[in-house]
Amino acid sequence: MKALLIGEQREGKLLDSTYELFGFAAQLGAETAMLLVGSESQLPAYSGTLYLADAASCGEYNPDLHKQLLLEAVQRENPDCIVFMHTSYGWDLAPRVAASLKIAQVSEVTGIVGGGLEVGCCNAKMRRTVKPATPKTVITIQAGAFPAGQPGGAPQVQRLAAAANGRLEFVGYEPAEKKEVDLTKAEVIVSAGRGVGKKENIPVVRALATALGGELGASRPVVDSGWVEHSHQVGTTGQTVSPRLYVACGISGAIQHLAGMKKADFIVAINKDKDAPIGEIADVLVVADVLQFVPALTAKIQR
Amino acid sequence: MKILVCIKQVPDLESRFKPNAEGVWYSETDLAWRMNEYDEYAVEQAVQLREKLGETTELTVLSIGPERVVEAIKKALAMGCDRAVHVRDSAAAAKDPWQIASIIAAYAKREGFDLIFAGMQSQDRGSAQVGVAVAEQLGYACTTTIVGFEYDNGAITAKRELEGGMKGVVRMKAPALITCQLGLNVPRYPTLPNIMKAKKKEISVIPVAELLTEGALANTTSFHSPAKKGGGVVLEGEVDLLVSQLLGILHEKTAVFR
Repeated sequence: MKALLIGEQREGKLLDSTYELFGFAAQLGAETAMLLVGSESQLPAYSGTLYLADAASCGEYNPDLHKQLLLEAVQRENPDCIVFMHTSYGWDLAPRVAASLKIAQVSEVTGIVGGGLEVGCCNAKMRRTVKPATPKTVITIQAGAFPAGQPGGAPQVQRLAAAANGRLEFVGYEPAEKKEVDLTKAEVIVSAGRGVGKKENIPVVRALATALGGELGASRPVVDSGWVEHSHQVGTTGQTVSPRLYVACGISGAIQHLAGMKKADFIVAINKDKDAPIGEIADVLVVADVLQFVPALTAKIQR
Repeated sequence: MKILVCIKQVPDLESRFKPNAEGVWYSETDLAWRMNEYDEYAVEQAVQLREKLGETTELTVLSIGPERVVEAIKKALAMGCDRAVHVRDSAAAAKDPWQIASIIAAYAKREGFDLIFAGMQSQDRGSAQVGVAVAEQLGYACTTTIVGFEYDNGAITAKRELEGGMKGVVRMKAPALITCQLGLNVPRYPTLPNIMKAKKKEISVIPVAELLTEGALANTTSFHSPAKKGGGVVLEGEVDLLVSQLLGILHEKTAVFR
């Protein structure tokens, strides 16, 4: 079994998540090679073959070109699987490679079970086991699902260059909006999710945050709906937090949200839905309506 | 100019899911259905562009599935799509992303669309593959997960959402396909007059056999609940009692009241 791992750099920096690919390959018991489009100054500590293409000429986001580089590496290595992180880079490039090779793709893998790959579905409430029907497979793995590997050493670099031009012109990055609220230092965060119902109910959650001496957080749908400002958003596209107490009010627990708060010391979830995925990581799941339970809790704390 | 928007009908995700008889997907008994949330953003963006470009542009909405998906199609028509295609397939849920993409691509090839909008993923399957695979099969330029979109005379400027709130700006030319992320716009609610108007719009039905030529590349062997990690306490009952129980636990296990 051989795995071609696709590393990732952003603005010239190797992403830490690249090491999770080695963790996945180890669980699979696979030999590895890696492809990376990036700068030579930021190579992974890994002693295997590294196919390296220069980001200065190939761009960090140029899917047409990166696909060509990847197909070249596939031809040289003949891997059984091609493994990406399920990131904005991975989910964009993986289906292009799978389609070009006409091979199966299994997306956002969370585990390896009995010859199949386990993936989440139905908003992370359920799981599927998927078996590829093609000799080669493209795989994207969920961030945080596999512990990072620590292969160590220095890679044997083989350079790749792309001949074609891409059809996409990458104009540039836009930095994240400035954070007016730094949730990363908060000891207590009380977050509002879609389960609070409407914008007018946000003060109910804010009052609990105040009573606990903490900050207000929010899930993505709440921010997208304009109920709470983006600077309060917790999750992959917001802030990653690690407070001593995290209270999730009406948050179902999409993986992007969990990734941003699962390092909290103690997690309380308040949700009407006993099966909500937030229950998987919560220390306490209170099965209740946020609008009934939270004001009662706030009143009791204030007393 | 011809625009296509692809939508999927999905169950209400608050539902409780049980495996079907084959144990490889959910049972459809007792589920309420709605348009996939990501696709609502795709429809809105397509309708906005259609409104900007005027009568010379035609916007088609496509959905694959059994009879029930007509409800989602009607909503897209009421939001402002001009016409619809229902690819009738009672076994759509058993097909893999490659097959679904090949069905859409086979239809799109006949029509020659300049621009195709899709959601970045479905809420139930969540593979995030179909849109990109359609673009690959058609040889279209493609970008994914967009939260900003501009169109000017065949030139597209799109803003991709990246991790940590960062964004990436890309330009490309039609023909192209883009997949839409939550927050791209504010999807409109269909108004009553528009719902009435939508009733007169054409919905062409195409049997899936006419478009399907590909076999599955991957198979689902099991659909199940996640393994419970354990350790967590579940509290149920009357609110006052729940408040006391939770405060007791917080006093014991955390330092927030010290």
